[in-house]
Amino acid sequence: MNFNLSQDQQMFAETAKQFADQELAPHAARWDQEHIFPKDVMAQAGELGFCAIYAPEEAGGLGLSRLDAAIIFEQLAGGCTATTAMLTIHNMATWMVATWGTSTVVEQWCPTLTTGQQLASYCLTEPGSGSDAASLTTSAKRDGDDYVINGSKMFISGAGETDLLVVMVRTGGAGPKGISAIAVPADSQGIHYGKAEEKLGWNAQPTRLVTFENVRVPVANLLGEEGQGFSMAMKGLDGGRINIATCSVGTAQAALDAAKEYMLERQQFGRPLAQFQALQFKLADMATELVAARQMIRLAAFKLDQDDSEKTVYCAMAKRFATDVGFTVCDQALQIFGGYGYIKEYPLERYFRDVRVHQILEGTNEIMRVIIARRLLDEACGEIT
Amino acid sequence: MKILVPIKRVVDYNVKVRVKSDNTDVDLSNLKMSINPFCEIAVEEAVRLKEAGVASEVVVVSVGDKACQEQIRTALALGADRGIQVDTDQKPLPLSIAKLLHKVVEQEDPSIVLLGKQTIDGDNNQTGQMLAALAGMGQGTFASELKIDGDKALVTREVDGGLVTVALSLPAVVTTDLRLNEPRYASLPNIMKAKRKPITVTTPEELGVTIESTVEVLKVESPASRSAGVMVDSVEQLIEKLKTEAKVI
Ligand SMILES: Cc1cc2nc3c(=O)[nH]c(=O)nc-3n(C[C@H](O)[C@H](O)[C@H](O)COP(=O)(O)OP(=O)(O)OC[C@H]3O[C@@H](n4cnc5c(N)ncnc54)[C@H](O)[C@@H]3O)c2cc1C
Ligand SMILES: Cc1cc2nc3c(=O)[nH]c(=O)nc-3n(C[C@H](O)[C@H](O)[C@H](O)COP(=O)(O)OP(=O)(O)OC[C@H]3O[C@@H](n4cnc5c(N)ncnc54)[C@H](O)[C@@H]3O)c2cc1C
Repeated sequence: MNFNLSQDQQMFAETAKQFADQELAPHAARWDQEHIFPKDVMAQAGELGFCAIYAPEEAGGLGLSRLDAAIIFEQLAGGCTATTAMLTIHNMATWMVATWGTSTVVEQWCPTLTTGQQLASYCLTEPGSGSDAASLTTSAKRDGDDYVINGSKMFISGAGETDLLVVMVRTGGAGPKGISAIAVPADSQGIHYGKAEEKLGWNAQPTRLVTFENVRVPVANLLGEEGQGFSMAMKGLDGGRINIATCSVGTAQAALDAAKEYMLERQQFGRPLAQFQALQFKLADMATELVAARQMIRLAAFKLDQDDSEKTVYCAMAKRFATDVGFTVCDQALQIFGGYGYIKEYPLERYFRDVRVHQILEGTNEIMRVIIARRLLDEACGEIT
Repeated sequence: MKILVPIKRVVDYNVKVRVKSDNTDVDLSNLKMSINPFCEIAVEEAVRLKEAGVASEVVVVSVGDKACQEQIRTALALGADRGIQVDTDQKPLPLSIAKLLHKVVEQEDPSIVLLGKQTIDGDNNQTGQMLAALAGMGQGTFASELKIDGDKALVTREVDGGLVTVALSLPAVVTTDLRLNEPRYASLPNIMKAKRKPITVTTPEELGVTIESTVEVLKVESPASRSAGVMVDSVEQLIEKLKTEAKVI
């Protein structure tokens, strides 16, 4: 067992860190404040390969591992959490299109999706179906060579700015087996976009309700087979959970680094904050838990790369643990900054706002526990160590 | 046209270095190491010349122990074609490096040797000049612009009085200044491709050069810490002090 990054991974991380320091971090506060979705920077990220890290090479992706992706996203998230999170969603959606799309769809969309010239959204959640995703009701009815889609999708990241929607729809009966995934061009006739939701964080990218009213797409836009949509959506989310957990760890690392620097500089009671043991212990715990979270994510990514039979459990554990730790670390770093942590002149309050949603989306942390416990209590469950 | 780019592994410019307690050197253990920024600019310029169809091959060379292959790989990921490592555990000074490079120049026969004007560790600013003298090539140092015009290199140099442009017959040595270009990021696909590019290893012995130290380091010390400033009450007082105390105006 070797916990060191390979030379390639070190170089990937280095490139990602340079990009984060130079192209993301200097603008992140303004993007947050002015609600700017930096599509040009996403395209620039695409030129470097960040838009299709684990999509298959045949479709123009880099075919790298989930572990590689986690290492890269962690560095990017330290520069801008919200932009990186959108990049991870785009990677997940692009991977689904590249993996299960028909040759028509792959040829039409993958050249631009993999390079970030066009972006994709992932549409699972509905107003009446959040945690209970298998109860979704958006329908796609076969009509000649087309599917006709009706229904609505809630909280869609990037919607209104992205070019392709990967939509989970009901083509069959109730339950997960009646669900299919379809690639829908975002400018199709009959798609209506709601207002950009006003949010606590993730302000550098819009979140919208998307309504489908008799939207027609060719049958060739079906991903995989009818009825496989839910399982694809969940496979996408295994990786998505690693990615989002990584965004928490990368952000928390930036918060921790800032707090450490601040403790050395800020003087109260005639000495630097770094000399108060209460704060030293706080810092020690933050760093310890962050290492645990990071390694747990890498373990889960490894299990996913190995196609381990219990990969979903490891991904759920990593997502639950790392997003909780990430939030706590950001909160504590803010606390170390005292009043300065609370004002926007420093990035701490943004870190805190941005990572909060990671405990909610891609499956809430309660649902992660549902997944873990259900599997643990299943007789067929393999060893979880 | 072949371009040879000598590069050096140095402590990263973001790192705060500390002097060893015995004052023999700075402490480099566990520090982040990078390609010297001026060398990176040289690599970028060479790759741009290749992309523009002016150069046909970009070869990077580094003198150092095995660890410097990391920086050679970085240069390959930025677009250089192949690498040469001159393997040594010693830390040669500029004259020895220039002698080694001279031998590599004899073997490779490049039209241009493009290198950083200095490295941020020793800040010597000597290697390029010494190499030019040893190899009998013209030199254009501190380049902020480089144009190739037939068998001439037009080098715009940053000098105290402003800019001066020199025309050099090729082959020539050109050293880079900060404003020559802004290096690109190594993209993920290029990092992956770099793995397949060759790095050959040679030694000072094979090149027939003995590394010798002509300089003895007596002591390495931190710069004196800056003493506290004084607050002045008015602009008049500031100007007065600049005139009489600092004597700068
Ligand atoms: C900013 C943002 C961006 C988003 N982006 C996307 C996107 O791009 N694509 C997409 O498809 N979705 C997206 N979502 C939706 C997100 O995935 C859902 O909000 C999430 O799955 C929770 O669903 P819900 O909001 O309907 O909450 P609910 O499912 O109503 O849950 C409410 C609460 O009840 C708890 N709960 C529910 N069921 C159980 C149970 N069985 N046991 C215990 N507790 C339970 C939940 O954990 C939660 O705390 C986004 C959401 C936000 C806020
Ligand atoms: C929105 C807002 C409104 C405010 N309104 C007012 C107001 O109306 N009037 C007013 O006077 N002030 C106001 N304040 C200031 C507020 O009271 C201070 O921010 C607070 O007292 C902390 O001081 P500080 O920010 O300088 O942090 P610091 O004192 O620098 O503390 C930084 C961190 O170090 C910790 N720390 C410091 N010393 C020790 C120690 N010895 N041992 C362990 N830990 C230590 C602190 O707990 C904190 O976590 C306001 C602040 C904010 C953000």
